[in-house]
Amino acid sequence: MSNLRQMTDQAGEWLRGAGPHSEIVISARIRLARNLAGYPFVNRANRRQRFEIVERCRTELTNGRLAGGVLWVSLQESTELDRQLLVERHLVSRQHAQAGEDLPRAVAIGTDETFAIMVNEEDHLRMQVLRSGFQLVEAFEQINRIDDVLEDNLEFAYSRRFGYLTACPTNVGTGIRVSVMLHLPALTLTGEIEKVRRAARDMHLAVRGMFGEGSEALGDFYQVSNQTTLGRSENEVLADFQTTVVPQIIAYEQQARQALLRQKLSQLDDKVWRAWAILTHARSIGTDEVLSMLSHLRLGVNLGRIDTVDIRRINELFLLTQPAHLQKITGREMDSATRREVRAQLIRQRLGAR
Amino acid sequence: MKRKCDKCDKPATNHSVEIQKGQKVVTYLCDEHAAEAGIMVKDPHVPVQELLSNFVKIHSGAPTTQEQACKTCGQTFGQFREHSLLGCPDCYTAFEAQLGPLLERAHEGATHHIGKVPSRAGQGEQRQAALLRMRKNLADAVASEDYERAATLRDELRSLEEKGG
Repeated sequence: MSNLRQMTDQAGEWLRGAGPHSEIVISARIRLARNLAGYPFVNRANRRQRFEIVERCRTELTNGRLAGGVLWVSLQESTELDRQLLVERHLVSRQHAQAGEDLPRAVAIGTDETFAIMVNEEDHLRMQVLRSGFQLVEAFEQINRIDDVLEDNLEFAYSRRFGYLTACPTNVGTGIRVSVMLHLPALTLTGEIEKVRRAARDMHLAVRGMFGEGSEALGDFYQVSNQTTLGRSENEVLADFQTTVVPQIIAYEQQARQALLRQKLSQLDDKVWRAWAILTHARSIGTDEVLSMLSHLRLGVNLGRIDTVDIRRINELFLLTQPAHLQKITGREMDSATRREVRAQLIRQRLGAR
Repeated sequence: MKRKCDKCDKPATNHSVEIQKGQKVVTYLCDEHAAEAGIMVKDPHVPVQELLSNFVKIHSGAPTTQEQACKTCGQTFGQFREHSLLGCPDCYTAFEAQLGPLLERAHEGATHHIGKVPSRAGQGEQRQAALLRMRKNLADAVASEDYERAATLRDELRSLEEKGG
């Protein structure tokens, strides 16, 4: 991938559908928030300072020291469609994409899309590593290496008492946010998902939809992430996810899936095959319905109830049917009615239907 | 009257109706047995603590402290309450007293950092603060078109930065 155009040909590494527990864990993500010492935070920095921050970071991020190479995208110079594309691929936040038109800001994207570093979002640097399946340890090793490399030449705002200083005090300390994206269709079908939400909240974890803050849990996809960044080391936070939270939710979902197989087999099959029928025959379809149908289809494939398609293709469709991806693939801007038709057509094509 | 679980004496919290071989099967189960049956998820017994979405506004001190400003960047505590964003790293020192209880709220009672320490830490928070102050002065000098002072400050800034490596 050397430019944004090539990006739309396929999904990023995180949607590969591989890695441990990938039947339930879609991806694991870790982000670190950092600020350059000696500068005000982004919201208080003037235009000149913001520009300086971008330039200093660009020098460090594009000097070839980050493994695998980097694509530098200056967001204030990008089209709205390109910015939307990056949001859909989880490489920049919605907030970063939609910030004031001419605000100096950027993102450095690893060539394999396993990492992305936003410059001048809420903090000067927001780096993330995103991996498919339950690969938290690998993700942490990768982001820690990136942090070490950057630290060689950049001095980060840090205090002994508060740790890494961030614009919002809810991120101060380690600046770490661990998020695991889970596909929990069986818990949703059995109505147990609310209990998972409550349990997660009691453990000071946030539960969000597929697209992060403020997004609904469409298609039974949930992101669970830590809220506490002060007073707990990176390893402690990771250990929570690694040994308690995620394995427990996986076990619940597996239990619920087994319960469906035992007790509701015909209803389950009905849902799965209806989803297949709609996806292979619809002539016009919106993103919400696609997410929901793909979710049922994915469950069906994972439980061996349908074998007309594989997980990788399903994962790809989650992404390629999003508005910006559709428009990039067809090479033209479309209104939403046209998008619905083109979306239905693309799905039929990819699923081998007419 | 509360109905008891079909398998024990605890009150039933799950009620399910299923059609099995044309027969209606009604079950009443407590949380534990429902979890066993795979109908529901067992709730881990952690005390319920409501997460406060807008705790910044509620837990950040009396309004009298709102006009207090950070000497380095000029942001007031009132502005912080509005946006939940601090103005610069020095704000953490300027508002340390007010931030304390808020941080404890947000971070499960924690008051101090535990975790990664940057390899440069110890080179001095003072130096970091000096850099911030000088950048503020530089911005002010440019804004008031005092270019001579701006040039001097820029040189000083550069030499301080080089010292830090």
